[in-house]
Amino acid sequence: MARDTLTGGRIRERRLIAGLKQADLARQVGISASYLNLIEHNRRRIGGKLLLDIAHVLGVEPSMLTQGAEAALIETLREAAADAVAVAAEVDRADEFAGRFPGWAEVLAGGHRRIASLERTVETLSDRLTHDPQLAASLHEVLSTATAIRSTASILAETGELEAEWRDRFHRNLNEESRRLAESSKALVAYLDESGGDDSRRGVPQEEVEAFILARGHHFATLETGQDEPNDLVRDAAQLTSPAARTIARDVLSAYCKDMRAMPLAAFLDALRETDANPLALAGIFNVDLAAVFRRLAAMPPGVPGSDAGLVVCDASGSIVFRKQIEGFALPRFGESCPLWPMFTALSRPMAPIRRRVSQTGRSAMVFDCMAIAQPIGTAEFEADPLFQSTMLILPVKGEDATGKPVQPVGSSCRVCTRAGCHARREPSILSEGF
Amino acid sequence: MDRHVLLIEDEPNIIEAIRFLLTRDGWSVDTHSDGADAVEAIRDAGPDLVILDLMLPGKSGLEILRDLRALPETEKLPVLMLTARGQSRDREMAERAGVSRFMTKPFSNAEVLTAVRDLLAQASQS
Repeated sequence: MARDTLTGGRIRERRLIAGLKQADLARQVGISASYLNLIEHNRRRIGGKLLLDIAHVLGVEPSMLTQGAEAALIETLREAAADAVAVAAEVDRADEFAGRFPGWAEVLAGGHRRIASLERTVETLSDRLTHDPQLAASLHEVLSTATAIRSTASILAETGELEAEWRDRFHRNLNEESRRLAESSKALVAYLDESGGDDSRRGVPQEEVEAFILARGHHFATLETGQDEPNDLVRDAAQLTSPAARTIARDVLSAYCKDMRAMPLAAFLDALRETDANPLALAGIFNVDLAAVFRRLAAMPPGVPGSDAGLVVCDASGSIVFRKQIEGFALPRFGESCPLWPMFTALSRPMAPIRRRVSQTGRSAMVFDCMAIAQPIGTAEFEADPLFQSTMLILPVKGEDATGKPVQPVGSSCRVCTRAGCHARREPSILSEGF
Repeated sequence: MDRHVLLIEDEPNIIEAIRFLLTRDGWSVDTHSDGADAVEAIRDAGPDLVILDLMLPGKSGLEILRDLRALPETEKLPVLMLTARGQSRDREMAERAGVSRFMTKPFSNAEVLTAVRDLLAQASQS
Protein backbone atom coordinates (compact mmCIF):
# COMPACT_ATOMS: atom_id res chain seq x y z
CA MET A 1 0.00 0.00 0.00
CA ALA A 2 1.18 3.50 -0.70
CA ARG A 3 2.63 5.95 1.78
CA ASP A 4 -0.74 7.66 2.25
CA THR A 5 -1.79 4.62 4.33
CA LEU A 6 0.08 6.34 7.15
CA THR A 7 -1.52 9.69 6.68
CA GLY A 8 -4.84 8.53 8.11
CA GLY A 9 -3.24 7.55 11.40
CA ARG A 10 -1.52 10.93 11.62
CA ILE A 11 -4.77 12.76 10.90
CA ARG A 12 -6.46 10.83 13.69
CA GLU A 13 -3.58 11.51 16.08
CA ARG A 14 -3.54 15.23 15.28
CA ARG A 15 -7.35 15.45 15.55
CA LEU A 16 -7.24 13.91 19.01
CA ILE A 17 -4.45 16.29 20.04
CA ALA A 18 -6.60 19.18 18.79
CA GLY A 19 -9.54 17.87 20.81
CA LEU A 20 -11.83 17.59 17.78
CA LYS A 21 -14.48 14.95 17.33
CA GLN A 22 -14.43 13.01 14.05
CA ALA A 23 -17.80 14.53 13.09
CA ASP A 24 -16.55 18.08 13.77
CA LEU A 25 -13.51 17.72 11.55
CA ALA A 26 -15.53 15.97 8.83
CA ARG A 27 -18.07 18.79 8.80
CA GLN A 28 -15.42 21.48 8.59
CA VAL A 29 -13.80 19.91 5.54
CA GLY A 30 -17.07 18.93 3.89
CA ILE A 31 -16.99 15.13 4.09
CA SER A 32 -19.00 12.60 6.05
CA ALA A 33 -17.82 11.33 9.38
CA SER A 34 -17.85 7.76 8.10
CA TYR A 35 -15.60 8.71 5.17
CA LEU A 36 -13.18 10.44 7.55
CA ASN A 37 -13.28 7.32 9.68
CA LEU A 38 -12.16 5.25 6.71
CA ILE A 39 -9.37 7.76 5.99
CA GLU A 40 -8.23 7.76 9.58
CA HIS A 41 -8.02 3.98 9.54
CA ASN A 42 -6.01 4.09 6.37
CA ARG A 43 -8.70 2.45 4.34
CA ARG A 44 -9.07 5.35 1.91
CA ARG A 45 -6.37 7.27 0.15
CA ILE A 46 -6.15 11.00 0.74
CA GLY A 47 -4.46 13.84 -1.10
CA GLY A 48 -5.00 17.07 -2.94
CA LYS A 49 -7.40 19.71 -1.62
CA LEU A 50 -8.94 17.48 1.06
CA LEU A 51 -5.52 16.94 2.63
CA LEU A 52 -4.81 20.67 2.55
CA ASP A 53 -8.17 21.42 4.16
CA ILE A 54 -7.71 18.90 6.93
CA ALA A 55 -4.19 20.23 7.61
CA HIS A 56 -5.58 23.73 7.75
CA VAL A 57 -8.29 22.80 10.26
CA LEU A 58 -5.81 20.87 12.37
CA GLY A 59 -3.35 23.77 12.24
CA VAL A 60 -0.40 21.76 10.89
CA GLU A 61 1.63 21.70 7.74
CA PRO A 62 0.29 19.19 5.20
CA SER A 63 3.74 17.53 5.21
CA MET A 64 3.24 16.77 8.90
CA LEU A 65 0.42 14.53 7.84
CA THR A 66 2.04 12.93 4.83
CA GLN A 67 5.53 12.44 6.29
CA GLY A 68 6.94 12.73 9.81
CA ALA A 69 7.99 10.43 12.56
CA GLU A 70 6.51 7.43 10.77
CA ALA A 71 9.31 7.44 8.21
CA ALA A 72 11.80 6.76 10.99
CA LEU A 73 9.42 4.21 12.45
CA ILE A 74 9.20 2.31 9.18
CA GLU A 75 12.96 2.41 8.80
CA THR A 76 13.32 0.92 12.27
CA LEU A 77 10.75 -1.76 11.46
CA ARG A 78 12.68 -2.65 8.34
CA GLU A 79 15.90 -2.85 10.38
CA ALA A 80 14.14 -5.09 12.90
CA ALA A 81 12.97 -7.34 10.08
CA ALA A 82 16.47 -7.49 8.62
CA ASP A 83 17.94 -8.41 12.04
CA ALA A 84 15.35 -11.08 12.71
CA VAL A 85 16.86 -14.54 12.55
CA ALA A 86 14.84 -17.39 11.01
CA VAL A 87 11.71 -15.23 10.72
CA ALA A 88 10.65 -13.75 7.38
CA ALA A 89 8.72 -10.56 8.10
CA GLU A 90 6.57 -8.94 5.39
CA VAL A 91 9.06 -6.12 4.85
CA ASP A 92 7.16 -4.76 1.85
CA ARG A 93 4.13 -4.16 4.11
CA ALA A 94 6.00 -2.36 6.90
CA ASP A 95 4.32 0.97 6.14
CA GLU A 96 0.90 -0.66 6.14
CA PHE A 97 1.66 -2.28 9.51
CA ALA A 98 2.86 1.04 10.95
CA GLY A 99 -0.18 2.82 9.59
CA ARG A 100 -2.84 0.39 10.80
CA PHE A 101 -1.22 -0.57 14.09
CA PRO A 102 0.91 2.42 15.08
CA GLY A 103 0.98 1.42 18.75
CA TRP A 104 2.18 -2.09 18.08
CA ALA A 105 4.62 -0.81 15.50
CA GLU A 106 6.05 1.60 18.05
CA VAL A 107 6.31 -1.20 20.60
CA LEU A 108 8.18 -3.36 18.10
CA ALA A 109 10.42 -0.51 16.98
CA GLY A 110 11.08 0.51 20.59
CA GLY A 111 12.02 -3.07 21.42
CA HIS A 112 14.37 -3.18 18.47
CA ARG A 113 16.02 0.11 19.49
CA ARG A 114 16.35 -1.18 23.04
CA ILE A 115 17.98 -4.40 21.85
CA ALA A 116 20.40 -2.41 19.70
CA SER A 117 21.25 -0.19 22.65
CA LEU A 118 21.79 -3.17 24.95
CA GLU A 119 23.94 -4.86 22.34
CA ARG A 120 26.14 -1.78 22.19
CA THR A 121 26.40 -1.82 25.98
CA VAL A 122 27.36 -5.49 25.95
CA GLU A 123 29.97 -4.82 23.30
CA THR A 124 31.38 -1.95 25.33
CA LEU A 125 31.51 -3.97 28.51
CA SER A 126 33.06 -6.88 26.65
CA ASP A 127 35.72 -4.53 25.39
CA ARG A 128 36.43 -3.49 28.94
CA LEU A 129 36.53 -7.06 30.16
CA THR A 130 39.18 -7.89 27.60
CA HIS A 131 41.49 -5.76 29.72
CA ASP A 132 40.91 -7.89 32.77
CA PRO A 133 42.55 -11.04 31.38
CA GLN A 134 45.53 -8.82 30.60
CA LEU A 135 45.68 -7.76 34.21
CA ALA A 136 45.14 -11.34 35.37
CA ALA A 137 47.95 -12.54 33.13
CA SER A 138 50.31 -9.86 34.49
CA LEU A 139 49.48 -10.75 38.09
CA HIS A 140 49.84 -14.45 37.32
CA GLU A 141 53.30 -13.77 35.93
CA VAL A 142 54.31 -11.81 39.04
CA LEU A 143 52.97 -14.42 41.45
CA SER A 144 54.45 -17.36 39.55
CA THR A 145 57.84 -15.68 39.56
CA ALA A 146 57.52 -14.86 43.24
CA THR A 147 56.68 -18.53 43.88
CA ALA A 148 59.75 -19.74 42.05
CA ILE A 149 61.94 -17.27 43.92
CA ARG A 150 60.43 -18.17 47.29
CA SER A 151 60.80 -21.92 46.78
CA THR A 152 64.30 -21.65 45.37
CA ALA A 153 65.50 -19.25 48.05
CA SER A 154 64.06 -21.53 50.75
CA ILE A 155 65.91 -24.50 49.35
CA LEU A 156 69.16 -22.54 49.32
CA ALA A 157 68.62 -21.22 52.83
CA GLU A 158 67.23 -24.32 54.49
CA THR A 159 69.02 -27.23 52.86
CA GLY A 160 72.17 -27.92 54.87
CA GLU A 161 74.19 -30.09 52.56
CA LEU A 162 73.49 -29.01 49.00
CA GLU A 163 75.54 -30.44 46.14
CA ALA A 164 77.50 -27.81 44.20
CA GLU A 165 75.66 -28.65 41.00
CA TRP A 166 72.24 -28.10 42.57
CA ARG A 167 73.42 -24.98 44.40
CA ASP A 168 74.71 -23.44 41.16
CA ARG A 169 71.54 -24.34 39.36
CA PHE A 170 69.35 -22.74 42.03
CA HIS A 171 71.49 -19.64 42.10
CA ARG A 172 71.08 -19.35 38.37
CA ASN A 173 67.31 -19.87 38.66
CA LEU A 174 67.13 -17.25 41.37
CA ASN A 175 68.97 -14.77 39.19
CA GLU A 176 66.70 -15.51 36.21
CA GLU A 177 63.52 -15.24 38.24
CA SER A 178 64.50 -12.03 40.02
CA ARG A 179 65.12 -10.41 36.62
CA ARG A 180 61.81 -11.73 35.41
CA LEU A 181 60.07 -10.38 38.51
CA ALA A 182 61.57 -6.95 37.89
CA GLU A 183 60.37 -7.01 34.28
CA SER A 184 56.89 -8.30 35.02
CA SER A 185 56.43 -5.84 37.89
CA LYS A 186 57.44 -3.02 35.58
CA ALA A 187 55.01 -4.24 32.94
CA LEU A 188 52.24 -4.47 35.51
CA VAL A 189 52.84 -0.94 36.73
CA ALA A 190 52.89 0.29 33.13
CA TYR A 191 49.60 -1.45 32.48
CA LEU A 192 47.99 0.06 35.56
CA ASP A 193 49.33 3.49 34.62
CA GLU A 194 47.86 3.16 31.13
CA SER A 195 44.53 2.08 32.64
CA GLY A 196 44.33 5.50 34.22
CA GLY A 197 44.88 7.13 30.85
CA ASP A 198 42.32 8.37 28.42
CA ASP A 199 41.81 5.40 26.16
CA SER A 200 41.70 2.10 28.01
CA ARG A 201 38.59 2.78 30.04
CA ARG A 202 36.38 3.78 27.16
CA GLY A 203 32.84 2.67 27.67
CA VAL A 204 32.38 4.19 31.13
CA PRO A 205 30.70 7.55 30.47
CA GLN A 206 32.45 9.37 33.33
CA GLU A 207 35.81 8.17 32.04
CA GLU A 208 35.03 9.47 28.56
CA VAL A 209 34.08 12.83 30.05
CA GLU A 210 37.29 12.91 32.08
CA ALA A 211 39.35 12.18 28.97
CA PHE A 212 37.50 14.97 27.16
CA ILE A 213 38.12 17.50 29.94
CA LEU A 214 41.70 16.37 30.52
CA ALA A 215 42.49 16.81 26.81
CA ARG A 216 41.63 20.52 27.30
CA GLY A 217 43.52 20.92 30.55
CA HIS A 218 40.27 21.51 32.49
CA HIS A 219 40.08 24.98 30.93
CA PHE A 220 37.83 25.80 27.98
CA ALA A 221 39.26 28.92 26.39
CA THR A 222 36.73 29.01 23.54
CA LEU A 223 33.86 28.99 26.02
CA GLU A 224 35.52 31.83 27.94
CA THR A 225 35.74 33.94 24.78
CA GLY A 226 32.25 33.05 23.60
CA GLN A 227 33.66 31.44 20.48
CA ASP A 228 31.99 28.11 21.27
CA GLU A 229 28.90 26.90 23.05
CA PRO A 230 28.91 23.69 25.13
CA ASN A 231 27.05 21.85 22.37
CA ASP A 232 29.75 22.78 19.85
CA LEU A 233 32.47 21.27 22.00
CA VAL A 234 30.47 18.15 22.82
CA ARG A 235 29.56 17.58 19.17
CA ASP A 236 33.17 17.80 18.03
CA ALA A 237 34.73 15.77 20.87
CA ALA A 238 36.29 12.52 19.73
CA GLN A 239 36.52 11.29 23.34
CA LEU A 240 32.75 11.36 23.85
CA THR A 241 31.58 8.22 22.11
CA SER A 242 28.45 7.36 24.08
CA PRO A 243 25.20 9.34 24.44
CA ALA A 244 25.55 9.10 28.22
CA ALA A 245 29.01 10.66 28.09
CA ARG A 246 27.76 13.49 25.88
CA THR A 247 24.92 14.17 28.30
CA ILE A 248 27.29 14.28 31.27
CA ALA A 249 29.73 16.48 29.34
CA ARG A 250 26.94 18.93 28.49
CA ASP A 251 26.00 19.14 32.18
CA VAL A 252 29.62 19.71 33.19
CA LEU A 253 30.08 22.42 30.56
CA SER A 254 26.80 24.07 31.52
CA ALA A 255 28.02 24.28 35.10
CA TYR A 256 31.34 25.61 33.77
CA CYS A 257 29.54 28.34 31.83
CA LYS A 258 27.44 29.25 34.85
CA ASP A 259 30.58 29.61 36.98
CA MET A 260 32.26 31.52 34.16
CA ARG A 261 29.41 34.01 33.92
CA ALA A 262 29.37 34.50 37.68
CA MET A 263 33.16 34.84 37.81
CA PRO A 264 34.39 36.21 34.46
CA LEU A 265 37.98 35.24 33.77
CA ALA A 266 39.57 38.70 33.72
CA ALA A 267 37.83 39.80 36.92
CA PHE A 268 38.58 36.48 38.57
CA LEU A 269 42.28 36.75 37.73
CA ASP A 270 42.38 40.22 39.30
CA ALA A 271 40.55 38.96 42.38
CA LEU A 272 42.95 36.02 42.65
CA ARG A 273 45.84 38.48 42.97
CA GLU A 274 43.99 40.71 45.42
CA THR A 275 42.91 37.88 47.67
CA ASP A 276 45.97 35.68 47.30
CA ALA A 277 43.58 33.03 45.94
CA ASN A 278 41.60 32.88 49.16
CA PRO A 279 38.40 30.92 48.31
CA LEU A 280 36.27 32.51 51.02
CA ALA A 281 37.26 36.01 49.95
CA LEU A 282 36.60 35.12 46.31
CA ALA A 283 33.15 33.80 47.21
CA GLY A 284 32.46 37.12 48.92
CA ILE A 285 33.67 39.25 46.00
CA PHE A 286 31.61 37.40 43.40
CA ASN A 287 28.69 36.58 45.69
CA VAL A 288 28.81 32.91 44.82
CA ASP A 289 28.93 29.76 46.92
CA LEU A 290 32.20 28.15 47.95
CA ALA A 291 31.78 25.07 45.73
CA ALA A 292 31.53 27.34 42.68
CA VAL A 293 34.80 29.03 43.67
CA PHE A 294 36.46 25.61 44.09
CA ARG A 295 35.30 24.60 40.60
CA ARG A 296 36.42 27.90 39.08
CA LEU A 297 39.84 27.70 40.73
CA ALA A 298 40.36 24.19 39.39
CA ALA A 299 39.45 25.40 35.89
CA MET A 300 42.08 28.12 35.63
CA PRO A 301 44.49 28.15 32.67
CA PRO A 302 48.10 26.99 33.21
CA GLY A 303 50.29 29.26 35.31
CA VAL A 304 47.42 30.77 37.29
CA PRO A 305 46.96 29.96 41.00
CA GLY A 306 44.53 27.06 41.25
CA SER A 307 45.40 25.58 37.88
CA ASP A 308 47.46 22.90 39.62
CA ALA A 309 44.67 22.09 42.09
CA GLY A 310 42.80 18.84 42.18
CA LEU A 311 39.04 18.74 42.51
CA VAL A 312 36.68 16.00 43.49
CA VAL A 313 32.91 16.03 43.80
CA CYS A 314 30.77 13.32 45.35
CA ASP A 315 27.06 12.91 45.72
CA ALA A 316 25.24 12.14 48.95
CA SER A 317 25.93 8.42 48.58
CA GLY A 318 29.67 9.15 48.52
CA SER A 319 29.98 8.19 44.85
CA ILE A 320 32.50 10.32 43.02
CA VAL A 321 30.79 12.18 40.19
CA PHE A 322 33.66 14.40 39.10
CA ARG A 323 37.38 14.41 39.64
CA LYS A 324 40.37 16.38 38.48
CA GLN A 325 43.40 14.32 39.27
CA ILE A 326 46.38 15.78 41.08
CA GLU A 327 49.77 14.15 41.33
CA GLY A 328 50.39 12.56 44.71
CA PHE A 329 46.74 12.29 45.74
CA ALA A 330 45.10 9.17 44.35
CA LEU A 331 41.43 9.58 43.52
CA PRO A 332 39.92 6.15 42.87
CA ARG A 333 36.77 6.25 40.80
CA PHE A 334 34.60 3.36 41.81
CA GLY A 335 33.29 3.76 45.35
CA GLU A 336 36.52 2.82 47.06
CA SER A 337 37.68 6.17 48.39
CA CYS A 338 39.01 6.69 51.89
CA PRO A 339 36.18 7.87 54.17
CA LEU A 340 38.67 10.06 56.03
CA TRP A 341 38.85 12.56 53.20
CA PRO A 342 37.55 16.00 54.26
CA MET A 343 34.99 15.77 51.44
CA PHE A 344 33.18 13.02 53.32
CA THR A 345 33.51 14.83 56.64
CA ALA A 346 31.80 17.77 54.95
CA LEU A 347 28.83 15.56 54.06
CA SER A 348 28.23 15.03 57.77
CA ARG A 349 28.39 18.79 58.39
CA PRO A 350 26.42 20.34 55.52
CA MET A 351 27.17 23.98 54.67
CA ALA A 352 30.16 24.11 57.04
CA PRO A 353 33.45 24.70 55.19
CA ILE A 354 36.03 22.08 56.20
CA ARG A 355 39.75 22.63 55.82
CA ARG A 356 42.36 19.94 56.58
CA ARG A 357 45.98 19.31 55.80
CA VAL A 358 46.22 15.72 54.68
CA SER A 359 48.79 13.29 53.42
CA GLN A 360 48.06 9.97 51.77
CA THR A 361 49.85 7.11 53.44
CA GLY A 362 51.92 4.78 51.37
CA ARG A 363 52.67 7.38 48.75
CA SER A 364 55.36 10.01 48.55
CA ALA A 365 54.13 11.71 51.73
CA MET A 366 53.15 14.88 49.87
CA VAL A 367 51.03 17.25 51.92
CA PHE A 368 47.81 18.72 50.56
CA ASP A 369 45.59 21.53 51.73
CA CYS A 370 42.04 20.22 51.29
CA MET A 371 39.00 22.47 51.47
CA ALA A 372 35.57 20.94 51.27
CA ILE A 373 31.96 21.94 51.55
CA ALA A 374 28.69 20.05 51.20
CA GLN A 375 25.92 22.11 49.64
CA PRO A 376 22.36 21.27 48.61
CA ILE A 377 21.73 20.74 44.92
CA GLY A 378 18.54 21.45 43.06
CA THR A 379 15.76 23.78 44.08
CA ALA A 380 14.46 23.81 47.62
CA GLU A 381 10.99 22.38 48.01
CA PHE A 382 8.61 22.18 50.92
CA GLU A 383 8.34 18.75 52.51
CA ALA A 384 11.34 17.50 50.48
CA ASP A 385 14.66 16.62 52.06
CA PRO A 386 17.59 18.55 50.61
CA LEU A 387 20.06 16.55 48.56
CA PHE A 388 23.70 17.38 49.21
CA GLN A 389 26.77 17.24 47.07
CA SER A 390 30.25 17.65 48.49
CA THR A 391 33.05 19.43 46.64
CA MET A 392 36.70 19.30 47.69
CA LEU A 393 39.55 21.40 46.38
CA ILE A 394 42.98 19.78 46.76
CA LEU A 395 45.93 22.15 46.76
CA PRO A 396 49.52 20.95 46.92
CA VAL A 397 51.47 22.33 49.89
CA LYS A 398 55.01 23.08 48.90
CA GLY A 399 58.30 23.86 50.59
CA GLU A 400 58.30 25.22 54.11
CA ASP A 401 54.52 25.50 54.09
CA ALA A 402 54.41 21.71 54.34
CA THR A 403 55.90 21.71 57.82
CA GLY A 404 54.65 22.92 61.13
CA LYS A 405 50.90 22.41 60.86
CA PRO A 406 49.27 19.12 61.86
CA VAL A 407 48.69 16.76 58.95
CA GLN A 408 45.88 14.24 58.96
CA PRO A 409 46.88 10.88 57.46
CA VAL A 410 44.34 9.58 54.96
CA GLY A 411 44.36 6.82 52.37
CA SER A 412 43.28 6.45 48.78
CA SER A 413 41.38 3.20 49.12
CA CYS A 414 41.63 0.46 51.74
CA ARG A 415 43.05 -2.08 49.31
CA VAL A 416 46.26 -0.18 48.79
CA CYS A 417 46.44 1.62 52.15
CA THR A 418 48.76 0.21 54.79
CA ARG A 419 47.59 2.42 57.66
CA ALA A 420 47.30 0.18 60.71
CA GLY A 421 44.51 0.40 63.29
CA CYS A 422 42.30 2.55 61.09
CA HIS A 423 38.70 2.56 62.29
CA ALA A 424 37.56 3.49 58.78
CA ARG A 425 39.03 0.37 57.18
CA ARG A 426 36.54 -1.61 55.09
CA GLU A 427 38.80 -4.46 53.97
CA PRO A 428 42.37 -5.67 54.49
CA SER A 429 45.10 -4.11 52.39
CA ILE A 430 46.62 -6.27 49.69
CA LEU A 431 49.93 -4.52 50.36
CA SER A 432 50.23 -5.76 53.91
CA GLU A 433 48.57 -9.15 53.52
CA GLY A 434 48.73 -10.29 49.92
CA PHE A 435 52.34 -9.57 49.05
CA MET B 1 55.74 -49.20 47.45
CA ASP B 2 57.25 -46.24 45.58
CA ARG B 3 55.57 -42.93 46.24
CA HIS B 4 55.02 -41.36 42.87
CA VAL B 5 53.90 -37.83 42.12
CA LEU B 6 53.19 -36.27 38.75
CA LEU B 7 53.73 -32.52 38.66
CA ILE B 8 51.83 -30.74 35.90
CA GLU B 9 53.22 -27.20 35.78
CA ASP B 10 54.58 -24.98 33.03
CA GLU B 11 57.01 -22.83 35.03
CA PRO B 12 60.45 -24.49 34.70
CA ASN B 13 61.91 -23.05 37.89
CA ILE B 14 58.88 -23.95 39.97
CA ILE B 15 59.12 -27.46 38.51
CA GLU B 16 62.78 -27.60 39.47
CA ALA B 17 62.19 -26.43 43.03
CA ILE B 18 59.24 -28.76 43.69
CA ARG B 19 60.99 -31.70 42.06
CA PHE B 20 64.01 -31.12 44.28
CA LEU B 21 61.87 -30.86 47.43
CA LEU B 22 59.83 -33.95 46.79
CA THR B 23 62.76 -36.01 45.61
CA ARG B 24 64.56 -35.17 48.86
CA ASP B 25 61.43 -36.25 50.69
CA GLY B 26 61.53 -39.66 49.06
CA TRP B 27 59.13 -39.16 46.20
CA SER B 28 59.58 -40.25 42.65
CA VAL B 29 58.68 -37.18 40.57
CA ASP B 30 57.63 -36.96 36.95
CA THR B 31 56.71 -33.72 35.30
CA HIS B 32 54.48 -32.61 32.44
CA SER B 33 54.04 -29.08 31.13
CA ASP B 34 51.21 -29.18 28.61
CA GLY B 35 47.57 -29.08 29.62
CA ALA B 36 46.28 -30.44 26.30
CA ASP B 37 47.42 -34.04 26.86
CA ALA B 38 47.76 -33.93 30.63
CA VAL B 39 44.95 -36.44 31.26
CA GLU B 40 46.65 -38.98 29.01
CA ALA B 41 49.96 -38.31 30.75
CA ILE B 42 48.31 -38.97 34.14
CA ARG B 43 46.67 -42.17 32.94
CA ASP B 44 49.97 -43.38 31.48
CA ALA B 45 52.01 -42.48 34.55
CA GLY B 46 49.51 -43.78 37.15
CA PRO B 47 50.83 -41.57 39.98
CA ASP B 48 49.84 -41.72 43.65
CA LEU B 49 49.24 -37.98 43.62
CA VAL B 50 49.02 -35.17 41.06
CA ILE B 51 50.13 -31.61 41.61
CA LEU B 52 48.23 -29.57 39.05
CA ASP B 53 48.65 -25.94 38.08
CA LEU B 54 45.40 -24.11 37.33
CA MET B 55 46.63 -22.05 34.39
CA LEU B 56 48.27 -24.29 31.84
CA PRO B 57 48.78 -24.00 28.10
CA GLY B 58 46.38 -26.07 26.03
CA LYS B 59 43.85 -26.91 28.73
CA SER B 60 43.10 -25.42 32.12
CA GLY B 61 43.79 -27.30 35.33
CA LEU B 62 40.08 -27.10 36.11
CA GLU B 63 39.14 -28.90 32.90
CA ILE B 64 41.79 -31.52 33.52
CA LEU B 65 40.46 -32.06 37.03
CA ARG B 66 36.90 -32.51 35.76
CA ASP B 67 38.12 -35.04 33.20
CA LEU B 68 39.99 -36.94 35.91
CA ARG B 69 36.95 -37.10 38.15
CA ALA B 70 34.89 -38.47 35.25
CA LEU B 71 37.25 -41.42 34.72
CA PRO B 72 36.86 -44.47 36.98
CA GLU B 73 40.62 -45.00 37.38
CA THR B 74 41.30 -41.41 38.45
CA GLU B 75 38.08 -40.34 40.15
CA LYS B 76 39.69 -40.67 43.60
CA LEU B 77 43.25 -39.71 42.68
CA PRO B 78 44.54 -37.06 45.14
CA VAL B 79 44.98 -33.75 43.30
CA LEU B 80 46.76 -30.77 44.82
CA MET B 81 45.89 -27.71 42.77
CA LEU B 82 48.29 -24.76 42.60
CA THR B 83 47.21 -21.39 41.39
CA ALA B 84 48.25 -17.76 41.27
CA ARG B 85 44.55 -16.91 41.11
CA GLY B 86 43.36 -17.00 44.68
CA GLN B 87 39.88 -15.64 44.16
CA SER B 88 37.20 -17.41 46.14
CA ARG B 89 35.38 -18.16 42.88
CA ASP B 90 38.34 -20.19 41.59
CA ARG B 91 38.55 -22.05 44.85
CA GLU B 92 34.82 -22.81 44.81
CA MET B 93 34.97 -24.02 41.23
CA ALA B 94 37.94 -26.25 42.03
CA GLU B 95 36.16 -27.66 45.07
CA ARG B 96 33.05 -28.34 43.05
CA ALA B 97 35.19 -30.09 40.44
CA GLY B 98 36.59 -32.37 43.17
CA VAL B 99 39.99 -30.95 44.08
CA SER B 100 41.66 -32.61 47.10
CA ARG B 101 43.60 -29.52 48.21
CA PHE B 102 43.87 -25.98 46.83
CA MET B 103 47.00 -23.89 47.34
CA THR B 104 47.65 -20.34 46.17
CA LYS B 105 50.99 -19.04 44.94
CA PRO B 106 53.34 -17.97 46.33
CA PHE B 107 53.41 -20.90 48.77
CA SER B 108 56.18 -22.07 51.04
CA ASN B 109 58.08 -25.30 50.51
CA ALA B 110 56.90 -26.53 53.89
CA GLU B 111 53.27 -26.01 52.87
CA VAL B 112 53.75 -28.08 49.73
CA LEU B 113 55.46 -30.90 51.59
CA THR B 114 52.81 -30.94 54.32
CA ALA B 115 49.99 -30.97 51.78
CA VAL B 116 51.54 -33.79 49.78
CA ARG B 117 52.19 -35.90 52.88
CA ASP B 118 48.66 -35.28 54.23
CA LEU B 119 47.01 -36.17 50.96
CA LEU B 120 48.97 -39.40 50.67
CA ALA B 121 48.11 -40.31 54.26
CA GLN B 122 44.41 -39.66 53.63
CA ALA B 123 44.48 -41.66 50.40
CA SER B 124 46.11 -44.66 52.08
CA GLN B 125 43.49 -44.63 54.85
CA SER B 126 40.52 -44.58 52.51
